[in-house]
Amino acid sequence: MTNSELNRLKDKAFQVFGIFCTFIGLVVLGIFLIDIIIEGSRRLDWDFLTSLPSRRASKAGIMTAWVGTLWILVLTTLIALPLGVAAGLYLEEYGKKSRWGDFLEINIANLAGVPSIIYGLLGLEIFVRQMRLGSSLLAGALTLSLLILPIIIVTTREAIKAVPRSIRDGSYALGASKWQTVWNQVLPAAFGSILTGIILALSRAVGETAPLIVIGALAYVPFTPSSPLDEFTVLPIQIFNWTSRPQAAFLENAAAAIIVLLVITFLLNGLAVYLRNRQQRKIKW
Amino acid sequence: MRVSEKIIEGLLWLSAVITVLVTIGIIWVLLSESIGFFREVSLVEFLTEKEWTPLFANKKFGIMPLVAGTLLTTFVAIAVALPLGLTIAIYLNEYAHARMRQVVKPLLEVLATIPTVVYGFFALTVVTPFLQQFIPGLAGFNALSAGIVMGIMIIPMISSLSEDAISSVPRSLREAAYGMGSTRLQTSFGVMVPAASSGIVVSVILAISRAVGETMIVAVAAGQQPRLTLNPLVPIETITTYIVQVSMGDVPQGSLEYKTIFAAGITLFVFTFALNNLSFWIKRKYQEKYD
Repeated sequence: MTNSELNRLKDKAFQVFGIFCTFIGLVVLGIFLIDIIIEGSRRLDWDFLTSLPSRRASKAGIMTAWVGTLWILVLTTLIALPLGVAAGLYLEEYGKKSRWGDFLEINIANLAGVPSIIYGLLGLEIFVRQMRLGSSLLAGALTLSLLILPIIIVTTREAIKAVPRSIRDGSYALGASKWQTVWNQVLPAAFGSILTGIILALSRAVGETAPLIVIGALAYVPFTPSSPLDEFTVLPIQIFNWTSRPQAAFLENAAAAIIVLLVITFLLNGLAVYLRNRQQRKIKW
Repeated sequence: MRVSEKIIEGLLWLSAVITVLVTIGIIWVLLSESIGFFREVSLVEFLTEKEWTPLFANKKFGIMPLVAGTLLTTFVAIAVALPLGLTIAIYLNEYAHARMRQVVKPLLEVLATIPTVVYGFFALTVVTPFLQQFIPGLAGFNALSAGIVMGIMIIPMISSLSEDAISSVPRSLREAAYGMGSTRLQTSFGVMVPAASSGIVVSVILAISRAVGETMIVAVAAGQQPRLTLNPLVPIETITTYIVQVSMGDVPQGSLEYKTIFAAGITLFVFTFALNNLSFWIKRKYQEKYD
């Protein structure tokens, strides 16, 4: 075999290997999802969704968990959205190109890399203990808000950056002030992309478990929370709790709860992708 | 008008400053609580003692077993994710049709959106029993399954970031290689990968940092037995798992046991902070610039 034939053979071999590697991840994902659906669908029914937690696996449901997850979603949005968008706006429109801006930018990049469990320690000390919120929904939502803040800021900045200079110049030429320009022109134009980023950040928050465990969210809450200062549980914590029990019946419960959690996560991600595609088609500067 | 504009700018500034306060808060919380810890336990003991038993009657405070557990799962994860992720990046860049890339890339990114507690369940109920058929000595909780599943989770991180790095290598380099009669494989490994090496290294460092801080997969599947070992077949405990373990118990606030989670936390923070800054530094210094 000549050298060039050998090289071509190697090339082909790598191509096959590449296809193999690319699909192995997807195959594993597929196996896992099918396994979960088979395992969990036996338990997943209306009773499961509307029952309170119980020490007996066959009676236990996820009512408190998904209600808690909804609460957390709403509260986190209310806290993180204005904060993140405002910070992103400041960095992109006001604080650019100074040493201070550089510092903020490096700091945010660093925060994005801090493990989520460290945010849990922060929340435990600041919100649960110093601010005396206890292991409440509010403490949990504040902790998760800080956790997803870097993601929202970064996507907000990208969205604002994509608004062309001419839009701003046009607004200024008509005599608008800086804030009028930002509020009436830049933000509406960037809104779609900002929304996409926020939904992605929220889908991340929905799956977070560790920081909420650290601030003391409980696995066993026998009532659905009715105010932000109530104790709570969320789906991931309920799943974790059931997973760490030896009885097979609880594992089945965990699988059923995972189906619900994955549906929520995939719906949020799907919504973000849909919004992104629509945005890209709609806007042609 | 001017006044209200100034107020709004002030509010926006305040929102941005909150990010700095978060950093200060993290460092302050970790430091202030672990200073209390290090008053009672010497730093030397913390770093050199080979056992970690703060919850037992006979208390030993050596962080090494937790660090060993963390590094072990991280090593397994990277050993899975690096070859797979890099091969996928090269394959998608040099071999795959554009259509295929458009379909496969978002599908792979689904891997990254799955909550990690779900991956933990997967490691415990699917991967471990599967591996036990081939590895008789494999314990129910072990570093191997947790590491493998963590590696699967990290694949899209390495493949996406590496693919970005490879595709930002200018066409001219690739065309020059093909012009010399190179195959796609030779072009990939002889030209593209070296040219994109800084970006690839950055992706790997970020992946390591992610694996070091990952919590729920190891908390579910790797066990809770701190031990100083390199054997991935037995239960171990990572820094993050320990924090979870203590958080779920009834450790009284302000006790030495309570403070251990902050000492463990600051160790974790130092690791990931160093890794993140290293990647940042490499990106700034060594990113190849072509124009």
